[in-house]
Parts: sequence; structure tokens; C-alpha cells
Amino acid sequence: MSSANSVPPFRRVAPVLEPGHTYASVTEKISSIVLSRPAGTGWYLAFTLAFGLVMMLGMALAYLIAKGTGIWGINIPVGWGFAIVNFVWWIGIGHAGTLISAILLLLNQKWRTSINRFAEAMTIFAVMCAGIFPLIHTGRPWLAYYMLPYPSTMGVWPQFRSPLIWDVFAVSTYFTVSLLFWFVGLIPDLATLRDRAHSRLAQQLYGILAMGWRGSARHWHRYQSAYLLLAGLATPLVVSVHTVVSFDFAIAIVPGWHTTIFPPYFVAGAIYSGFAMVLTLAIPLRKIYGLEDFITMRHLENMAKVMLATGLIVAYGYAMEFFMSYYGGSKFETFLAHNRLTGPYWPFYWALILCNLVVPQLLWFHKVRVHVPTLFLLSLVVNVGMWLERFVIVVISLHRDFMPSAWGMYAPTFWDWATYIGTLGMFLALLLLFVRALPVISIAEMRELVAHTSEEQK
Amino acid sequence: MGAEGHRHEHRGGEEPEVKHDAHDPCTEELGSRVYSLDLAAIRERLAKSTGKEYWRSLEELSGNPHFEELLHREFPRQASEWDESVDRRDFLKLMAASLALAGLSGCGRKPEETIVPYVNQPAGMTPGKPQYYATAMPLGADAIGLLVESHEGRPTKIEGNPDHPGSLGATNAFAQASILGLYDPDRSQVLTYLGEIRAWSSFLESAVATAPMLKATGGAGLRILTGSVTSPTLAAQLRALLAQYPQAKWHQWETAGSDGAREGGKLAFGRYVNTVYRPAKANVIVSLDSDFLGSGPGHVRYAKEFFRRRKLSGEHAEMSRLYVLEPTPSVTGAVADHSIPMKASDVGLFARALAAKLGLGGSASVPAEREKLLEAAAADLQKHRGASFVIAGEYQPAEVHALAHAINQALLNAAAGGTVYYTEPVEMQPVNHLESLRELCADMDAGRVDTLLILGGNPVYDAPHDLDFVSKLKKARLSFHLSQYFDETSEYCQWHIPEAHYLESWSDVRAFDGTASVVQPLIAPLYQGKTAHDVIGAFSDKPGLSSYERVRNTWVGGHTEKDWRKWLHDGVIGGTAFAPMAITSKWNPASLLPAKPAPADQLEFIFRPDPSVYDGRFANNGWLQELPKPVSKLTWDNAALVSPKTAEKLGLTHRAAWTGGEHGQILSDVVDVDLAGSKVTAAAWTLPGQADGVVTLPLGYGRSKSGQTGTNKGFNAYVVRASTGIWCATGGTLRKTGLEYPLACTQYHHNMEGRELVRSASLDEYKHNPNFAHKGAEEPPKELTLYKEFAYPGYAWGMAIDLASCNGCNACVVACVSENNIAIVGKDQVMRGREMHWIRIDRYYEGSLDSPETFFQPVPCQQCENAPCEQVCPVGATLHSAEGLNDMVYNRCVGTRYCSNNCPYKVRRFNFLRFQDWETPALKLMRNPEVTVRSRGVMEKCTYCVQRINNARIEVEKENRPIRDGEIVTACEAACPAEAIVFGNANDPKSRVAKLKAQQRNYTILAELNARPRTTYLAAVRNPNPELEKPGTPPGDKR
Repeated sequence: MSSANSVPPFRRVAPVLEPGHTYASVTEKISSIVLSRPAGTGWYLAFTLAFGLVMMLGMALAYLIAKGTGIWGINIPVGWGFAIVNFVWWIGIGHAGTLISAILLLLNQKWRTSINRFAEAMTIFAVMCAGIFPLIHTGRPWLAYYMLPYPSTMGVWPQFRSPLIWDVFAVSTYFTVSLLFWFVGLIPDLATLRDRAHSRLAQQLYGILAMGWRGSARHWHRYQSAYLLLAGLATPLVVSVHTVVSFDFAIAIVPGWHTTIFPPYFVAGAIYSGFAMVLTLAIPLRKIYGLEDFITMRHLENMAKVMLATGLIVAYGYAMEFFMSYYGGSKFETFLAHNRLTGPYWPFYWALILCNLVVPQLLWFHKVRVHVPTLFLLSLVVNVGMWLERFVIVVISLHRDFMPSAWGMYAPTFWDWATYIGTLGMFLALLLLFVRALPVISIAEMRELVAHTSEEQK
Repeated sequence: MGAEGHRHEHRGGEEPEVKHDAHDPCTEELGSRVYSLDLAAIRERLAKSTGKEYWRSLEELSGNPHFEELLHREFPRQASEWDESVDRRDFLKLMAASLALAGLSGCGRKPEETIVPYVNQPAGMTPGKPQYYATAMPLGADAIGLLVESHEGRPTKIEGNPDHPGSLGATNAFAQASILGLYDPDRSQVLTYLGEIRAWSSFLESAVATAPMLKATGGAGLRILTGSVTSPTLAAQLRALLAQYPQAKWHQWETAGSDGAREGGKLAFGRYVNTVYRPAKANVIVSLDSDFLGSGPGHVRYAKEFFRRRKLSGEHAEMSRLYVLEPTPSVTGAVADHSIPMKASDVGLFARALAAKLGLGGSASVPAEREKLLEAAAADLQKHRGASFVIAGEYQPAEVHALAHAINQALLNAAAGGTVYYTEPVEMQPVNHLESLRELCADMDAGRVDTLLILGGNPVYDAPHDLDFVSKLKKARLSFHLSQYFDETSEYCQWHIPEAHYLESWSDVRAFDGTASVVQPLIAPLYQGKTAHDVIGAFSDKPGLSSYERVRNTWVGGHTEKDWRKWLHDGVIGGTAFAPMAITSKWNPASLLPAKPAPADQLEFIFRPDPSVYDGRFANNGWLQELPKPVSKLTWDNAALVSPKTAEKLGLTHRAAWTGGEHGQILSDVVDVDLAGSKVTAAAWTLPGQADGVVTLPLGYGRSKSGQTGTNKGFNAYVVRASTGIWCATGGTLRKTGLEYPLACTQYHHNMEGRELVRSASLDEYKHNPNFAHKGAEEPPKELTLYKEFAYPGYAWGMAIDLASCNGCNACVVACVSENNIAIVGKDQVMRGREMHWIRIDRYYEGSLDSPETFFQPVPCQQCENAPCEQVCPVGATLHSAEGLNDMVYNRCVGTRYCSNNCPYKVRRFNFLRFQDWETPALKLMRNPEVTVRSRGVMEKCTYCVQRINNARIEVEKENRPIRDGEIVTACEAACPAEAIVFGNANDPKSRVAKLKAQQRNYTILAELNARPRTTYLAAVRNPNPELEKPGTPPGDKR
């Protein structure tokens, strides 16, 4: 930490690992968060809050199952509200982890190493949060298994032309592969924890999870191949999952949904929000657990750059949407564009533009990219902006579509908010547990990095 | 088994016959065998017994030793048969009989005079198949003939009676909704005396106990208050009672009745008359504030005739022309060729000016801007002498009616074979109701009323407030109130007698042209209700007769049993329509005192029965409460209606709330109305087409004592309705309070936003370019679809809706609710945009805000051939049928609502909560057994009444022939008085629907989406006077 303070603040390229670390110091530093450091009052307070929110989520879901989706603000014409907004938002957040782990691994980006573990964890938790919504937003969630192609005695199958069925496959595959990828990556670290744990129970639990890892050369060889293969498998999924989610909208004929730009625009938006969320998490994490040496300014700056790039793609998407709605000449699309700008929901649209387009332009400046508090605030702004984007797409498109006689409005109810905030609590609770139970940074890969850095220094 | 058992006969000739005959050999056989259960004796006993009116349960019957024996022996009488021929068929038959017997107590609600249910299976009855019985629904001074669908003794659906002149097969929203009124669990269920439950017999004792006193005084203290009486039997009873007690008096108060029409006839002809119009023969109609297509006697018939006269097909391009002058938009004004907002009091002036213009004498001037209209209307009427008529509104004063009569006489419209004729009054005893009520109040106040019988009606709620009915009612020594609900009036009467619904009663009634019908019950009273005949009977010298006997005695004299049966079967007593009277008006319009136009700066307050709850009697009917009012689209509330200009002047606004918004919750300014020395607080509502300076106060709301549904909804306009201004009052003020009130409005958005959903043209434009509906329309080629086309080798069900005919009367909406077991959701849910109607009537305006043209567009499911909903359902719960329907599979639906999002027509409805009432037993009886009752979490929508399609299919398969055109009639189509909705097989070029679809006016809404709906629309054509260019409407093509 002292070394970080001594480096000049305007250095062009920060290292991916601060110098002076050895295998032992890396292992000690990361594993101590799990094994020896006490949780601390802050952790307990945060977990109490998060757990309270999980309870609220439980209550909201129980009430939902008991009463029906009518407890929410949805209606005819706005058949989808917070549930789908939140689903898409969470899925988007769940993008960064796999992207960082898989795509950057394949591209041999060394700087991914210290952020990939918790980014992947974040992905899994975000997809878990996301997965709740499509299930519970249906009128009869207990029949959700109708969407699976199970061998029914009636010979009834899902309707494969529906993008919702594609969603079922895309999201479940993505979740499975992400989980596997994360777990495979964890195996050597789990073995380290097993070896360093003091309590018998911890040794046993980590021992079971480590699956007999002994660190032999053959293990390492197989591990590396499996990891690479999984990375290869996960890479198309990063693109496919949000493409398929965007089909939920693009396949429909609703003005504002029926757009061919949706797949790339959704993927870019997902990466945008995913990186924003990684920053939102990484910045406090490195501060609290003193991981500045591992998650350096280089990481933060690189992530800021990715945000800037994807943010510009998203901006292009917005611009194209507008262009096409006028150029396309469809009166419904033209009206929709107009309605976004000036209709009853105009504050949402302009807030979205502010959050996703205007404010992130600050990232062009190096000073901003390396100013940690600003970066943290920016990441929050982008998270809000991306949520607003989904709200704009779902609600503004539906509330005034083809038949003016059927136009209506949507306003979330207490239960909409309770469910949304509840999932935030669940996400936070899972993260807090993760921080306490598993190494937030890949020890094995960091050790590799130590080897590389020491070679560079020589 | 006795020989009698095998006799197959019509038992008790009075039994209602099956209308749509469904004789089935199996049934006959089964029926004849089942008779062998020797219940004939019991039936005879029942027939002979006169002490009790109805038997209600098995227990009651079981007092009879024969019946006990029957119950205690498992197989009475048949035991011997078992030994001889035990085979499976006989066993099943007997089991069926036992089951029927088991159901006896549950299904035993049939009139004693006719039927012992099930054990003696009625001829033609097949369990599971509905039967139809003819009856008639009285409403005010009118009645509509009905056929009622009955499932195993439970009436479930109302249809119009094609043989009845007031219906011709169509119905209105009130008739459709009356089925819910029958089963309403809030109806009064017990007879009470001072709030304590009493038996009918104790009422009888009390009634009989009055006799000596009444006899002694000649009935001096006896007063009877009824509504308009159109029942010959009831009138005969009342007259007999009055003959018995010459000092007694019969008063009438029908709060929404028309003293103006009665007195107008008297003014013109010197006697009360009934006026019958023939819109079918009229080329020009001028309505002086008359809503003759939407309310009032004969309106269903008039709408039928009017719209038949205006049907357009390729070669036939002639239409009548309708001018409507009205202070507040009605469904008649909405379809008029010229609808002119005008203060109610100015309508009279206009009528005078019109009479003067037509050379009838008198003089009146109209404002300069109306001069042109007056000229044109007068010229049009002149041109079509004998083929035109002027009709005065029910709520216009007598002089306007007299003027209309005079004009019709002068124009020879009332000549023989003309468009108007006069008959004897339909009301049995026409009187001036206001005077009648006033007299009663005076008598009560003076303590001259000893015994007061209030038969129906709710005067405490609906009498003019200045008469102070309540305090006067308290002075009556003994008061009886016969009423379906324990209402405001019941509270102030000692005796409350639950009244039988018309579907539970024997009675008779005359329709608008005098045609009499027997009102026959479909079910024995569910809640021990009694009829007015019973109550009057109790005071008469013949208390023992049943309503049935009384009605029968009125009519059978000189007729045979066969005639009686035919009347019951037909629903019409043949030859009872009144003959036209040859009378002429000797009244001269010049004799009218000169009148001044209404001062422009003064607000005029007018009262109108509400289009949904009428005068308040339907306040507890959820179907009607949730029915969007035709023009304002408000539900669950009434509101003080003002014109946009007046609203601006008074600073009144309303705005869409965030929750529900335009399709749901509108926050409206609250106003204090101070009128005639009384005050009421109301929500204000701005209505385009309302006359400036006029405030409409719809009656029927603000009930303080109705059922769960009707209590405390809206505001009570009766509070400010004084006898000096029953329909129209000035001198009041309207003040904004600064508060807001949430109103549930299903369609706040007036504008089509350039989307050409409704297409219209004038008749001239249509003649010039019959293809106007397609000008500039984008209709993509069929191939532009990713998925394979469906082939429709057999039937291709389709619907054509003629927008030129729809007047937004709502009959189809309620018919659909009734046929398809559609739930009501309540005001809160409507405000969230979750009403469940499968067919909605969109209303759009065109032209200026002050005097717009109004168009209605019924929107059921469009049943797209290339349906957007089908492609997105993840579980295949909405599927394409081989005949082109978008079928909903409720039990497969998981409720993602994706289909609704993707439906461009937004016709899908979602059960966001459990909207259906699954607990109330009475409502279970009401439901159509052929339609699934949906639970929560399931999407639903119009099915084109697929149950009716399938019924027809079953029938024709038995006969091995294709379904004929017109054999399947959807509920909405059947109800429509305007015949605007036509359903049929679009694959059959000879079908009505195919012919309509072949018309050039036929178009598809949102055709550019290539969803290819099966529901198409025929563009509206109106016939404005070319000499009158509508202000605010740009000339030329107004699509």
C-alpha cells in the first residue's frame, strides 16, 4: 500500500501488480481475507442490511404467489413492467464477469487476472437475481416448467417460435457455463485454502470442493486445457445471451422493440453495465481489503476505457434508433420516438441520455479515469442509466403502441420496488458471503503474475 | 308400473315450451320411462294445494306419505321391473333418474304450477342442453320481449325475442345485465316488519287485518304508489281494489318517466296518447333532444329500423338523414348526420321556430348561427313530407312534444301509413306522475294516509327533494314496501317485502306499441320474492290466487288452452298491438306564450337517467357499473358533465394519473353544485359535444342503501333535483372546490393520432368514390411473412362490423360478459387499466372540440390469420385453429402476457388477480356452463363465441350437412340492435359476412402490420345535408 502511494499519480501505464510481491505474500494476502481476518463490524452491518432485504424479497415473492401479479403496477397495455426491466438489467450486469474471464483470457489480457474472480462471482449472482424475474413475472409461476421440453404424456411441447423459449435456453446455458467456469477456476485456490485452513471443518469443506487437487504437473496441464476450453465455450455465450434477450423485444411488433439493431446494441449495453458494476464493486473492495496492489489503477483505467467504448456503441444505438424511426417512415415508430422525447415519461428518457451518454463522456479524460471516487460515482451513474434504458424500452414502448384507445400508463407499486430492492439485497448478501468464503482474487493466477512481473523486472 | 307412467304428455299446459325445439329420440324414451316413478300423485297434490305458493325443498314435500315412501324405498315401483329385465340400458336410465332426483332440491326452483323438475323430465329437455323460454322485461313504461336461455332450470343468458315488436331479436344493455340482477346475492331475501324477519303469512295477516278498517272508511286512508304500470293484470287488480275501496287512491311515480310526453300528447290532442314512430319509413328525422335510438320506449326496435334504413351495399346507396339537437351527447346524437349541441331550453325555441318555418303559426327566432340549420332542416322536412318525422325528447317539456306532434301532423307524417301513428296509451293509467306524487305527499302530510303500499320504486331516494318524501312518509300509519333490495325507502317503511325479479315472476306487460306479453318465470323465486300481484292480492277480496292464476285469468277468457300455450311459446300475445288511432291535433302552436332564449350567462342544469344504472335501480349491478358509459367511457361513477368551453370558463380540468393513466385513472376536479336550495358535491367531467353552459347531472348514483356493489358510488343528483326542475333547472351555481377525485375511465384518449382506425365519408363522397376507405392505405402483400400460410379448406370464421351502424349502445359488451362468464374487477382495478371486457367500444372524435363528430368502433379479438400473439406464446397456449380462430387454451397458459404486449389491437385481457367470485353460490348458478371460468394468472380474450360454433357443429354433424349462414350467432351479434355486427363463414361467398367483406367499404384496421385480421370494419358513412357544412370540419375527404 505504501508503494502505491509513492508512485507518481500521472504515470501513463500502471502495472497490473504492484512490485515487491512474492508467491508467499500474494497467497498470504488473498487467503487471509477468508481464513484469518475477522469479519469486522462493517461486514456484519452490511450483511444485516443485505439479509434484511433478502427477507423483504421473500415477503414480496410470497405475497406475489398468494395474490397474483396484480400486486404490481402492470396492466393492459403495459403487460411487462419492473420484472422484465430488472431481468434485463441483471442479465446485462451478469455480462462483464464472463467477458472478463473468457474473452480477455483468450485475448491474453494479463490485467484481467485480479478482477476476474469476483467479476465471475458477480455474474453468477446477477444471473441468479435475473433468473428470479422471468419465473415470477408469469401469472402462474408454478407452471413455469411448461417452458421446458420435458416428455409430457400429453405430447405438448414448448412453442419454439417464441423468444421466451430461446431465453430459457440461453439464460440457463449461460448460467451453467458461467458457474462451471468459475468453479473450475476456483479449484487450485480451493486447494490452497484447504491447505492453509486451521479449522477441521474448513479443511474438510475446502477439501471436498478442491476435488483432490494436488498441484501436480498433470493437474495443471489438464486444468489449463479445461479452463481454456470453457473459456472458448463461454465466449459465444456472452454474445448470445443478451442477443437472445434482445430478441424478446426485437421479434415482437411493438414500435420501439421491433428493431434489428437490438442484438449488438443490447450486448454493448450489457458489457457497459457489467463493467460499471465491476467498478462499483471493485473500488470499495480494494479499499476495504487493502487490495490496491492487486487491483491497480491499470485495472480501473482499463475498465473505464471499456466502459467508454461500449458506452459509445450504446450511444450509436440510440442515435440509430432515432434515425431509423424517422427514416423508416413508419408513423408508429415516429410517434414512439416523439413520445420518448416529449411524452409523459420524458424525464426518464432524458435522465437516461444524461446517465448513459452525457456524463460518461468524462471518461475521455485521463484525470477522471484515474480519480477513484469520480470513477466510482460514474459507475453508479451508468448503472442507473442502464436501468433507465430498460425501463424506457419496456414501458415507454408498451404504454402507447398502435391503438390510441388502449393507451395507458404504468406506475410501479410498493411490491414492484420491494422485489427489485430485494434482489439488490440478495446480490449484496451473496457477494458478502463470497468475500468471506472464497478468495476474491485468483491466487493461482496472481502467483503466475508474480512470476511474470519478476521476470519483467529482471 | 302404471299405464299412466308411459303417457307422454305435456303436463300442466302452462309449462313453458321449448323455443328452439330439440327433440331427441333418446330423451323421449328416457322421459317416458322416468315417468314410471309415480310422482303424478304428488304433482296432483301440489296442483290442488292452494295454501302455499311454492314448495322449495324436498323436506317440504316429504310431509306427504307417498313421497316419504318414495324416499325410503330405494327403487319404488320399479323393484319388480328389475327382476324381469335387468340390463345395462335400464340401469343407466334409472340411475339417471336417481341422479335427477338427487338434484331435486338444488334444481327445484321452478314454479309450482308448471313443473315438477327432472323426475318428470320436461319434453324436449336433454340434460346439458339449454332450453329457451320467452318472457318480457318491463322497464319503466316499456317492455322488451326476450328469449331466456336456461340450463337445467337456471336462466343463464338473455336473448332478444325475434317475434316481439320491441326487440326483433335484439336487446339492450339493461336486459342483458338483468340476469345478474336475478342472481344478485345482495337482493333482499327476507320479509321484515320493523327490521324483524317475518313470514309471508304474518304479512298476509296484517294485510287482512286492515280490511275491516278499510271497509269501514271505503278505503279512505289507503294509498298505493307504483311506477308506470304497463301490466294489464296489475292494473285490473288495482282497479278492482279501487272499486272495492272507492276512497283509496292509486298514485304513480316513475322518476325517469316522461311527463312531458304524456302531457304533450294531451296538449296536442286533448287526451293521453302513445306515439309510435317508424324510422324505417323516414327519410328525414329531426330529434328534439330525443335519444330514441338509445333509451325510451321502443328504442331497440327504433334502432333496428333506423339502421336497416341506412344499410349500404354496392347498389343501394340511400340513407335517411338524422338531425339531433341535444344538450348532452347521447348515442343517438353520436350517429346523427348533424348533431347540434344546444341548451335543453333552447331546443323548445328551436322547435317553435321550426314550426313557424313550416307554416304552423307562432313565431320564434333562433340565434343567427342556427338560422342556417333551421332553414336546412325545415327544407329537408318539407321535401320529405310524409316520409319524415320530428321526435321530441322524453325530458323535454310538454310544449315541445305538442310542437313535434303538430309538425308531424302538418307534414302528413301522421297520416295513415306514415312514419308516425298514435295509439291508446301503453301505460294502463297515464297520469302526470309529478302531480300524482305531489298529491300523495300532500295527503301524507295532512295525515290522510293510513296505509301506504309502495310497489317497487324507491321514492325516498328518487323523489324530488323539495317534496321531502321521507318526513311525509313517516306520517303514514302503516307502510309497506315491495322492493328487490332493502333500500332507502325500505328503511322508512314498516313492512318490507322482497320483490321477485321479473325472471321469477308471472306477470304481463305491454310494449311500446301496445303488444302484450306474458312475463313467465324461468325459475322459482331464489329469495322468496313476491310480485306486486301477490301484494295487491293480499289486500283484495281474492287473496288466495297466485300471480299465475291472475295473469292467466286476465287473458284466457274466450281463448283456448292452445292459445295460452302459444302466447307463452311466442312471448307475444298475438293481436294485442294497439291499432293506430285517427286523431288530429287541433292545437295551434301560436297559442304558446312567447318564450325568451335561455340567458347565456346562466348555467343550465339538466338531469338524465344514467346510461348504465338508469334511475338507480341497476346501481347494484356490477356488469352495468363496470360498463363504460357510451360517450364518456366512465365506469363506476357519474360525473357532472360540462362542455370544454364551460370547463375552461370555470377552470375545470382533469388529468391522467400515473397509475393506469389514459386507460384507467383520471383525476378530475371536484365541484360543488348548488341548485334549488340544495347542494351536492360531484366530480366534473369535460365532454366534447356537450352544449356550452349546460351541466348534466346523471341520476342513479350516490345510493346510500344499495348492495355491496352499488352503495356510495358516484354522487346523488336527486339531492338537487326539485319538482320545479325535474329535467332542467337554472339558477344554480357550480363551484370548483380545489379537490380532485379519481374517476375510472377506460378511454381518455379521444384522438386517433392519424392512424385511420375509423374511416368515414359522407354519402356524397361515398357515391363519388365507394373505395374511399382504401385511399392511401398501406396493405402489404400476403407473402410478407416468415411462417407458412395456413390453409382454410373448411370454414373460415370472420366478422364484419359496420361502423355506419354502431351507435355505441353497449348491448354487445354486456351480452359478451354474460355469455362468456367475464369477471368484473371493480373501480380500483379499472383505474389500473385491468377491466376484462372481451369486446370494447372505442370512441373517437373528429372535428371541433365543441361540436365533434363521434364514431364508435367495437373492438373484439381480431382473430388474425397471421397472429402476432400466437408467435410469441412460449407454451403454445394461444393457437391457430383450422378454421382461423386464435384459440386460447386456458389451462396451458402460464401468463407471460407476451401475447398481449404483441397484440396491436390490445384485445387480450389478463387475470392479474383472482377476479372471479368463486364463493358466492348464487353466482355459480348464473354462469354459462359451456364457458370455462378463468382463474388468476391466465390470459383471455374473445373467442368468437367458440362454444356456439361448436354447438352448431355438433348439430350439423348429426344431420350430416354444413353449417348454414346465420346458424351461428355470436353473443354480440345477437344483442346488437343496429345489426352492425355480422359473423359467419368468410369462405362461403354467399354468406352475409362474405358479402359485407366484399364491399368496398370493408377495411382492416392496422392493415400495414400484415396481421390479416378476420374481423374487418365497414367504413362509416354519414349523410350530412350538403347545404350545411359542419363547422370545424375541413371539406373534402375526411378519412
